[in-house]
Amino acid sequence: MATLTITISRVRTLRIGLGQLAPRLGLVEENLAAHAAAIDEARDSAVDLLVFPELGLTGYLLQDLNAEVAMRADDPRLLSLAALAASMSVVVGFVEESVDHQLYIAAALLEDGRVAHVYRKSYLPNYGLFDERRFFGTGAQLRAVDSRLGVRLGICICEDFWHLPVPYLLALDGAQILINIASSPGRDVAAVVEGGLGSADSWRTLMRGYAQLTTCHIVFVNRVGVDESLTFSGGSQVIDPSGRVVFEAPLLDEGLFVAEIDTDDIRRERVALPLLRDERPEFVLRQLERLMQERAGVATDQE
Amino acid sequence: MTRSPTAVAPYTLPDELLIDTSIARQIISEFLSAHLRQSGFDRLVLALSGGIDSALVAYLAAEAIGPDKLLCVLMPYRTSSPASQADAEEVVHRLGCQSQLIDITPIVDGYLEGSVDGDEVSAGRRGNFAARARMAVLYDRSVPWAGLVVGTGNKTEALLGYTTIFGDNAAALMPIGDLYKSQVRQLAADMGVPEPILHKPPTADLWPDQTDERELGMKYADMDRLLYWMIDRRRSRDQLLAKGFEDAAIERVQGLVAASEFKRQMPPVAKLTTRTPGVDYLYPRRRPGSRAGR
Repeated sequence: MATLTITISRVRTLRIGLGQLAPRLGLVEENLAAHAAAIDEARDSAVDLLVFPELGLTGYLLQDLNAEVAMRADDPRLLSLAALAASMSVVVGFVEESVDHQLYIAAALLEDGRVAHVYRKSYLPNYGLFDERRFFGTGAQLRAVDSRLGVRLGICICEDFWHLPVPYLLALDGAQILINIASSPGRDVAAVVEGGLGSADSWRTLMRGYAQLTTCHIVFVNRVGVDESLTFSGGSQVIDPSGRVVFEAPLLDEGLFVAEIDTDDIRRERVALPLLRDERPEFVLRQLERLMQERAGVATDQE
Repeated sequence: MTRSPTAVAPYTLPDELLIDTSIARQIISEFLSAHLRQSGFDRLVLALSGGIDSALVAYLAAEAIGPDKLLCVLMPYRTSSPASQADAEEVVHRLGCQSQLIDITPIVDGYLEGSVDGDEVSAGRRGNFAARARMAVLYDRSVPWAGLVVGTGNKTEALLGYTTIFGDNAAALMPIGDLYKSQVRQLAADMGVPEPILHKPPTADLWPDQTDERELGMKYADMDRLLYWMIDRRRSRDQLLAKGFEDAAIERVQGLVAASEFKRQMPPVAKLTTRTPGVDYLYPRRRPGSRAGR
């Protein structure tokens, strides 16, 4: 019997779909329909990787709706989106209910008709306008995941990117594309802000830095629309491993936006700038162990 | 960003308070449209006094949903300035929105002159009653209009408590409640609110010749700067003094802010059971099933 011959011409150009949607608060069926429509549209645009925002299936400011919109990672509704995605890789944001009924802000990677990976948000903001820790559990695992696209993905959620270890660990774990899905409320309209919105400007600055430091592509998808007092700012973007902004979606406007990246950029950048090669995780670990012992009062401060 | 013509305006816009008016307009527009969509309404109604706050909200609402979906209700009292009414009518004329004129004198005087036995009614008490009469009329007018009541309060007056609780601060939505008066002025100028409205001294118009700045004892520009550094930028008293603010002004503004905390919150519910609205029963107002059934 002839062996099946698989020709893998390694994909160099990836078409990235940014599903900058305006989820309806608590209306899961409507949000599923909006995701399904965007998947159809993305397929027509030959998108390889389609990314939706944080809590795109539920809306953000859920409060006590959290349990009402939660779904298990094997929920048929997620699987039906996965089936619809077919040959596309799709990242979708939802409230995950674990076996022991903890609720998490989660991202699922849908590939080949199944849920290939679930990530639970690891840094929940509880300050200023945020109150996430009251309503959600904190994720305990962060790992990069191989995608059917031939690249390794580092998936994280919104506030995760305001903590240095997240891009660092994902890059060390071999991620080539860092994906951050967000529900970032627009704020700070001071005239001195570049680009009109302080919160969006901060995102842009830190993501360009991460791309340069990790020599990864970055795909950032932020929702739009309004939950109560909050208007989410959109401004989704794709950044290349040199920190150059490849594409930036408009602020506040809903839409499916498509950008192309060249995955050869990763190799070129890493050959020219071998920052990852020179990372010293064992050094970092030693310092962390020392710091933790000192914090716990086990060891004293020493040279 | 468009800067307003500060050279001709009889007020100054403090540099640190200047906003990007384009993004602010977009956000407010989105905020108004989304709340209408989510609540199952498509119209707004507001009380138009002829002052800058309500004029700006009328312009913002007309921009967001179209003037045909906006109803402006003019509710003068017998002591209200005729110039205010003329300014309000000019806004209605320029926007091309619908309006109604309802004289609240019979409501206010009918109660205060007829049923308050022997008490001397102070100007403040009369003013508060007038504000609540306007609220009652506005909410009633919202029914045949089938619209949401949009509030016109700004951040300066909310922080200083320069509002009538359940009067002018009663609304379904507050689109300019996070803008200081100076920012209201900047945005109003940017949107083309008529100059007489931009340039006249702000007044609650609760009695003749009342002006906000005389009553509050400070210029809006100074109050706004002080509130901004105190609240938005979290500066301590010593740091505010070092920035050149006067001790007496700091003392007075801090006092007004603290004393009016109750006006910015829902009333406390006495907790008795295991789940109490507003305490540990917490739902967004726009949730499944919350949409008006029409």
